[in-house]
Amino acid sequence: MLKIWSMKQQQQKSDAASGQTKKKKVTAAQLRVQKDLSELALPGTMKTVFPNPDDILNFTLTLTPDEGLYKGGVFNFTFAITQNFPHEPPKVKCKEKIYHPNIDLEGNVCLNILREDWKPVLNLNAVIVGLQFLFLEPNASDPLNKDAANDLMTDRDRFKRNVRSAMAGGAVKGETFDRVMK
Amino acid sequence: MAATMQPEAVAPTTNGHNSSGRARWKYMDTLLSRPGAYTDPDDFVPGAVPIGNVEQSHVLVIGAGGLGCEILKNLALSGFKKIDVIDMDTIDVSNLNRQFLFREKDVGKPKASVAAEFVMQRVPSCKITPYVGKIQDKDEDYYMQFNVVVCGLDSIEARRWINATLVGMVDENNPDSLKPLIDGGTEGFKGQSRVILPTMTSCIECQLDMHAPRAAVPLCTLATIPRQPQHCIEWAHIIKWEEERKDLVLDTDDPEHITWLYEKALSRAQEYNISGVTYSMTQGVVKNIIPAIASTNAIVAASSCNEAFKIVTSSATFLGNPGLNNYMLYTGDSGVYTYTFEHQKKDDCPVCGNLPKDMLLNPESTLGELVESLAERPESQLKKPNLRTEEKTLYYSAPASLEESTRPNLKRKLRELLADGEDFAVSDGAFDITFRYTVRYT
Repeated sequence: MLKIWSMKQQQQKSDAASGQTKKKKVTAAQLRVQKDLSELALPGTMKTVFPNPDDILNFTLTLTPDEGLYKGGVFNFTFAITQNFPHEPPKVKCKEKIYHPNIDLEGNVCLNILREDWKPVLNLNAVIVGLQFLFLEPNASDPLNKDAANDLMTDRDRFKRNVRSAMAGGAVKGETFDRVMK
Repeated sequence: MAATMQPEAVAPTTNGHNSSGRARWKYMDTLLSRPGAYTDPDDFVPGAVPIGNVEQSHVLVIGAGGLGCEILKNLALSGFKKIDVIDMDTIDVSNLNRQFLFREKDVGKPKASVAAEFVMQRVPSCKITPYVGKIQDKDEDYYMQFNVVVCGLDSIEARRWINATLVGMVDENNPDSLKPLIDGGTEGFKGQSRVILPTMTSCIECQLDMHAPRAAVPLCTLATIPRQPQHCIEWAHIIKWEEERKDLVLDTDDPEHITWLYEKALSRAQEYNISGVTYSMTQGVVKNIIPAIASTNAIVAASSCNEAFKIVTSSATFLGNPGLNNYMLYTGDSGVYTYTFEHQKKDDCPVCGNLPKDMLLNPESTLGELVESLAERPESQLKKPNLRTEEKTLYYSAPASLEESTRPNLKRKLRELLADGEDFAVSDGAFDITFRYTVRYT
């Protein structure tokens, strides 16, 4: 038992004195999220909103694509991060009901790094880039909204028209979508 | 049976009621009373010292489930006499096949107290104090009373918490503040046993990527082309529940909730001509139950307790000696394979890589002055710092929305934002590591 301590004393080089009992510590998940946030490189088309600034584990990302089929729309995603981050990915959902092949009507997002391909080395920036990519290149081969994926695959022009009318708050095949125009 | 009954029959003189009755520990005493090929020549004094260490070491066992039952039994039968056990769970009927300290009559009772009671019945010289609750209920003063911590947990979150707590407790002026942490873990036929000397060797946070991520199926597979019964259950769990019962929080222990998911999964499976969806499979998928193998638990717990015994007695080289091996992995699914290696400490580990340094501060100065001073500190020279405590976001330079909402704090006095002795963390996009400081008011 004592051997361990003598090894410790050999190891240590610094000698900061402390005697008082320590108070609450920043948790490992918070440390990692703080680091991810300081490395976040947000372009002008994206911004974050923290409903409670003291809680950095829950926030909203607002995406306003300036090119592609979804240009002119405003899309909000909630990020919910647990104390198990980065072992577990953040939970990300789209707040609006939108017409998109990879986002279902409940706001679930089919993005590989949010689920099956998540790794602790990935960070919040990777997730945000992934979301941005979904709006530039909707992907018909991994559909969550089958109708939208079908439209994209079979008739790109009709898909474009559907995107525009859904974004304006219209209906596509009897399903009404949220108005998301700026 | 008859053979095992006999020693029990003469138990009263050997079970430890009589303190001079060392018969039960005869072989342990022999082992600890003479030096051998593996005893540490500098640290091992045969006889009373190591024997006393086993009897007097205060051991904390975290978890009283599959591994916990084995660990408590092993420690008690190795001669440990002062044990505390923490577990927040109650006994379920499905535990009884391997959690051998529990009987049918115990179903519904807390694991920690039933396990403690059972072991004390068998080994009366051993005193086990149960605590029914979460490890997070306890503070550093509580953890300070132990000499060794042995974990048999199934949660990564709990492991990370106890690891960070034990790393944070190390006080360079107090040898007793360093608590060896022995962590056992199993998943089916696989398992590991590792030893952490907080701040000295690689910690659980350094080793976070050793935990296999939970296998997940792409959401679009669940939504569009299910191929397996499990896909149908996950679909009911993740997609259908949100669609139809959004306002109800799913309780995986509520039979009505599981039945609802089971029925939805079953009808989807029929639609896609998939067979095999059952109620118990639904339970298994939703609660992420991995079948526990009793012998995996036994092997991993044996290794963990073996390390605890070696650490307190110095009777042989233990896993976790700095610079030596600290991690034993075991795989029992095709033949038997074990590999023991040194997992190295990470310099940028958020928990042990950069321990909090004391920072002398004037409580009457402002947060703005502190932020400015960070730019001048030689080790940091932070240009765009983000600062927070466990509870509060003090000041974030980025992202913009947080900068705006935390900017008013810059004018506030430190004493309004930080308590004496409180820790805060400082990150900057330009640095890989996060600096941590402990407030010391002057």
